[in-house]
Amino acid sequence: MSAIVEPARAEIATEGEKQPVLKAEVRGLSFHYGEVRALKDINMALHEKQVTALIGPSGCGKSTFLRCFNRMHDLYPGNRYEGDIIFHPDGLNLLGKEVDPIEVRMRISMVFQKPNPFPKSIFENVAYGLRVRGEGNRRRVEEKVEQALRGAALWDEVKDRLHQLAFNLSGGQQQRMCIARALATDPEILLFDEPTSALDPIATASIEELMNELKQKVTILIVTHNMQQAARVSDYTAYMYLGELIEFGVTDTLFIKPKMKQTEDYITGRFG
Amino acid sequence: MAATDLGRIRALIASHKRWDAAFAVLGFLALMVGVLTFVALFLDMTLKGLPRLSYEFFTNFPSRRAEHAGILSAWVGSTLVMVVTGLVAVPLGVATGVYLEEYAAKNWVTDVIEINITNLAGVPSIVYGLLALGLFVYQFGLGQSILSAGLTLALLILPVIIVATREAIRAIPQSIREAAYALGATKWQTVRDHILPYSSAGILTGMIIGLARAIGETAPIITIGALTFIAFLPPSPGSAEPPFLNFEWLTSPFTVMPIQMFNWTSRPEAAFQLNAAAAGFVLVFMTLAMNALAIWLRYRLRKNIKW
Amino acid sequence: MTAIASGANVSAIPPVPRAAGLTGRRLRIVRERIIESLLLLAALVSVFTTLAIVFILVKESVVFFRQVPLLDFLTDTQWTPLFDDAHFGIMVLLSGTLTSSLVALAIAIPLGTVIAIYLSEFAPFRLREVAKPFLELLGGVPTIVYGYFALLFITPLLQNILPGLPGFNLLSAGIVMGIMIIPYVSSISEDAMRAVPMSMREGSYAMGATRYQTAVRVVVPAAFSGLASAYILGISRAVGETMILAVAAGMQPNLTFNPMEPAATVTAYIVQVALGDLPHGSIGYQTIFAAGLTLMLFTLTCNIAGHVLRRRFREAY
Repeated sequence: MSAIVEPARAEIATEGEKQPVLKAEVRGLSFHYGEVRALKDINMALHEKQVTALIGPSGCGKSTFLRCFNRMHDLYPGNRYEGDIIFHPDGLNLLGKEVDPIEVRMRISMVFQKPNPFPKSIFENVAYGLRVRGEGNRRRVEEKVEQALRGAALWDEVKDRLHQLAFNLSGGQQQRMCIARALATDPEILLFDEPTSALDPIATASIEELMNELKQKVTILIVTHNMQQAARVSDYTAYMYLGELIEFGVTDTLFIKPKMKQTEDYITGRFG
Repeated sequence: MAATDLGRIRALIASHKRWDAAFAVLGFLALMVGVLTFVALFLDMTLKGLPRLSYEFFTNFPSRRAEHAGILSAWVGSTLVMVVTGLVAVPLGVATGVYLEEYAAKNWVTDVIEINITNLAGVPSIVYGLLALGLFVYQFGLGQSILSAGLTLALLILPVIIVATREAIRAIPQSIREAAYALGATKWQTVRDHILPYSSAGILTGMIIGLARAIGETAPIITIGALTFIAFLPPSPGSAEPPFLNFEWLTSPFTVMPIQMFNWTSRPEAAFQLNAAAAGFVLVFMTLAMNALAIWLRYRLRKNIKW
Repeated sequence: MTAIASGANVSAIPPVPRAAGLTGRRLRIVRERIIESLLLLAALVSVFTTLAIVFILVKESVVFFRQVPLLDFLTDTQWTPLFDDAHFGIMVLLSGTLTSSLVALAIAIPLGTVIAIYLSEFAPFRLREVAKPFLELLGGVPTIVYGYFALLFITPLLQNILPGLPGFNLLSAGIVMGIMIIPYVSSISEDAMRAVPMSMREGSYAMGATRYQTAVRVVVPAAFSGLASAYILGISRAVGETMILAVAAGMQPNLTFNPMEPAATVTAYIVQVALGDLPHGSIGYQTIFAAGLTLMLFTLTCNIAGHVLRRRFREAY
């Protein structure tokens, strides 16, 4: 059983001055790969310029859910979506059959679990998205690359070796570069798929810090298997289990006073 | 995203997709070049060669009169050479494969062996012919014989057999070996009772591919000195009195199918070229059948064995 | 429950002969060692083969080079070993090899690479399953049959487009050779591309790239050393090919870089000599070993380079 659990407007309004605006609405989303029904009738709201975290035990479908947003499942045969993800402000249904996945990916970027730099220089890696979008003006590309690297808190470390291979960076630096790469194209939503699970604690902390700054510019949806991380970085949290959305709410509320017993069990470590 | 931006992005994506589609077409066309060549070649051989095939063609010796010429000495020679090749290459190749997978330690000797095998796989076949000429024909004094030819081709296809053996052995999970050892089997017993039987299908596939390659080899055999006009057969391996096995055929002069085809192709008369097409048809048919058999075996193997 | 514990008469149990037990074990160890040595010996055959090849080629070439100065061999512009006024310029044969190889590689490398990219990044699974074995078959056709095809099918075809093309020419042979080499180039290139991890491709697709853009900008650069090794293998194969050239390009040594002329390659020359009657030990006999040595040195360098590159791409992923 799931429903859009919208935190009361009053609650939010007292915490901050701005009214939360919706960036996307998930309506009745189900996902099948082959015979398996991996996601079951999910309804959720994604708030603009806020960090929303997806938590839950292994295999609950949180990564599968995340990948629906940028149509990554289209890359593999045998997958099928049901339901809608309405993208605001233009009301586009991201899952629409007539909607081009490539267009979706041009507006929504993703950072993966393991850093996946291309066999190119740092500069070319970050500029990749711009090149794909046909950006020919060299000055503009250089500006955007610098802006993105600053936004990912990597600029100072790499500004003198932009043309060296990205493979030479450390794990944490590579992941921040991947974040810069995703930022360079001014995405409307930034998807993070367990971005720190392959990193050491120091690198993890630096990326979590980053997220606080990033959310001022872009909506973030992050999958994490680390509850404490969700509690630290997110404004809203969704708890998933076996393909269903069990509970969704303001992070503090969900963690302190969860509404569903299943959520409470997971959070208190009774399982998962 | 502003409407104009969206419009521009959509136009850009459309143009990228055109490139995508264009390349898919290009790739398919490139593939078709290979397909067309193969079809043209096969059709050419079949249309010209098949009508020429007859019982006489298989049982006649080559002759100066094209209509009477046949491939008897050639296919008999090929068969005999294949027997020697198989008998030498398979034991040597399998033994090498077993050694490298089950016994060899990671030291420089093993490295040297492996480098050599990779190297030999890339040596042009005519160099094997030169090796055979200098070593087998003259140094060892084996003469321009079926034995020399068989040994040469065995060395040539050795890397194929070795690689097939190693891959077949690698597919066997470690747990089977551990089970055998745990029951007290020695290394050799494990190899003999488990490794070899389970990898035999893969080894068989490799053997078929190797022999298919060997049948079509011309250059090394010419270099050894196989004559191109042979109007007699090597002595029969069987004999009427004990020990019922005769080895004279090993040292006899001989010819093989590809050389016979080469001989006929080199003659300007159209009638001989027809013979060449017929011989070519037989050769292509044989190598294709063997390769297809090997591919099918490999496919069946992949489906059947569920460790 | 052992016999002893059950109180049975101990002397009724046949004593385990300790000496025999030890001998049995020792025998087994010795047998295992012998078997291992035999297997090692078999494995060393490959090493002996390489050494034998080097030995034979060098031995006969040394005799050759005692009579023909190396400088002449490398710089003479005529190759007439059997004339009274004999010339031994390997350059003549090398020109035939070079020209035909260039024609072949101009076909094999582009087509092989495109096919590899297509099969690895574009083609549906079913098509790949059919195409791969088919390409293997293409590579399995005996080269003498390809030679026949080049001489009696391709050459007449080309003569319609290029009047004045001689019956023997390097172009037909080169084209057919190129098509024969495509499977070698495409299969190694494809393996290299498949080894590139999916996560890298996903990173590219997630940025809005198409299959073509991902293939060309990400996968091909990532698989670069594997591709290079495929190309080097193709070169080695082209240089070492014999029968297609012997049949379709003629066996007349001719110093030329024009593919529309007949010419002998290093390999075709060796065949020509072998077809004739050359007494063992004559200078003519030795020329084929000198030619073979030249060939061997070149293909050896190619193979080593290709091997090193292949190692590198395997380690990277």
